[in-house]
Amino acid sequence: MFDQILQFLLTGITVGSTYALVGLGFAIIYNASDVVNFSQGEFVMIGAMSAVALSAGDSGLPLWLAAIGAVMITMLVGMALQRFAIAPARGASVVTTIIITIGASIFLRGVALVVWGKDLFPLPHFSGEDPISIGNATLLPQSIWVMGGAAALVFGAHYFFNHTTLGKAILACSCNKKAASLVGINVGIMLLVAYAMSAALGAMAGILVTPITFTSYDTGVMLGLKGFSAAILGGMGNPMGAVAGGLLLGLIESLSAGLISSGYKDAIGFIVLLLVLFFRPSGLFGKASVERV
Amino acid sequence: MPSSPLLQVEDLTSHYGPIQALHGISLEVNPGELVAMVGANGAGKTTLLHTLSNVHKASSGKVYFEGTEITRTAPHKIVKAGICHVPEGRQVFGPLSVEDNLLLGSFSQRRNKAWVEEELGKIYQLFPILKEKHRQAAGTLSGGQQQMLAIGRALLGNPKLLLLDEPSMGLAPLLVAEIFRVVRELNEKGVTILLVEQNAKAALGIADRGYVLETGRVVLSADADDLLADEAVQKAYLGH
Repeated sequence: MFDQILQFLLTGITVGSTYALVGLGFAIIYNASDVVNFSQGEFVMIGAMSAVALSAGDSGLPLWLAAIGAVMITMLVGMALQRFAIAPARGASVVTTIIITIGASIFLRGVALVVWGKDLFPLPHFSGEDPISIGNATLLPQSIWVMGGAAALVFGAHYFFNHTTLGKAILACSCNKKAASLVGINVGIMLLVAYAMSAALGAMAGILVTPITFTSYDTGVMLGLKGFSAAILGGMGNPMGAVAGGLLLGLIESLSAGLISSGYKDAIGFIVLLLVLFFRPSGLFGKASVERV
Repeated sequence: MPSSPLLQVEDLTSHYGPIQALHGISLEVNPGELVAMVGANGAGKTTLLHTLSNVHKASSGKVYFEGTEITRTAPHKIVKAGICHVPEGRQVFGPLSVEDNLLLGSFSQRRNKAWVEEELGKIYQLFPILKEKHRQAAGTLSGGQQQMLAIGRALLGNPKLLLLDEPSMGLAPLLVAEIFRVVRELNEKGVTILLVEQNAKAALGIADRGYVLETGRVVLSADADDLLADEAVQKAYLGH
């Protein structure tokens, strides 16, 4: 029993790491622009699909180079989304921007369908497929890549927002756009940077996890929803809360799939989300804002 | 021969949708001056400053800074050119620390680390309370402390012209006196200041010259002492 639970935990943390990265992407864009970006899952898909396309065939790029190219393509898509879909709707209500990002996600999925078709695509494992034994549980080397990659990206994002001027400038835009302009911050550029960062995080999550889960034009739908749940669970706008929410959601799913029923794992994840929203609407780690006038 | 004005505004108009807020404002601020713009609530004082910083668009008219037209220049470039704006209601970045707020004020000067370091020291000397609370979230400061923070933040932008919007708003009389003393002191140190205020008496008391704004129009302009002595001004703004 203990071995089984250890196995569920390892799987849960692997899946949860992906959710955490997608959730972090949600939190960054929400923080910078008050937009809930429902194309976040499509960033994951585009990153993964581009890496597959760039590395495919005999003349394909080596995997690491394909990955860099794919991340850059996704960043461009993210910036285009901001520039051409979000920026023109400046001042629109939250609901309007949500509908815009849902529209953008349908559009991106459609483009992916036309370009790549409906097939499932794999990426090679980064460092072999021989499972590593931990007690009686096993772990794929790729899972370690997912966890390690996610941890590195989360710490990177944390450092960026807490210790760099550019990161703090983005936070300043999220607190008060007018005041940010008045201290000389180019708010438009900061929003582009935020979208590019979110897109890059999504793309990297996609590339890391695709060797295990495969990818297709519509993998972004569920991942986007899970990332959104992670962000809500942790408290919308709290980046590290989104990471914790992602890990928690991954663990809940994996444990409920193993101990209750794999058919209901998504449902149980969303039920937990609903319960949290009923009893703690600001999320597990959300805090009331401090403001004095 | 007077020196050429640092800031020159010609016939500036501005709208909120169909409503006209500024009806052809002309004014000038000369290097080294402390100019007060007084007027009642809703006269267009804040709109004027927002239009100067171009966070609110001008409909017509021109703004020149050091002889260069900046009417349509992007806000962040206006800051870089040397106009720093202390907005109405402080508008500090609440969740960020006091020191982060100040450092963000130096965003346009961030390549010049040595200068920023030195200037930060000067701000802490000017407002010791900010040094004491430099790790605290700006949103937890009192109103007067937030006003000091907002002024310090603007000073870290290395202003040639400081725009001050209602620094006395919501502050106890003792704090108002303190803030105005600092404003006067900054001006004596060589910072040119355009001060917008409802508190006409305090503002004109420290200013060199003054303008009176009414419903988006400049209705009077004179030396500050003359305005203080003016009967119409006394009746309307000084409660005599």
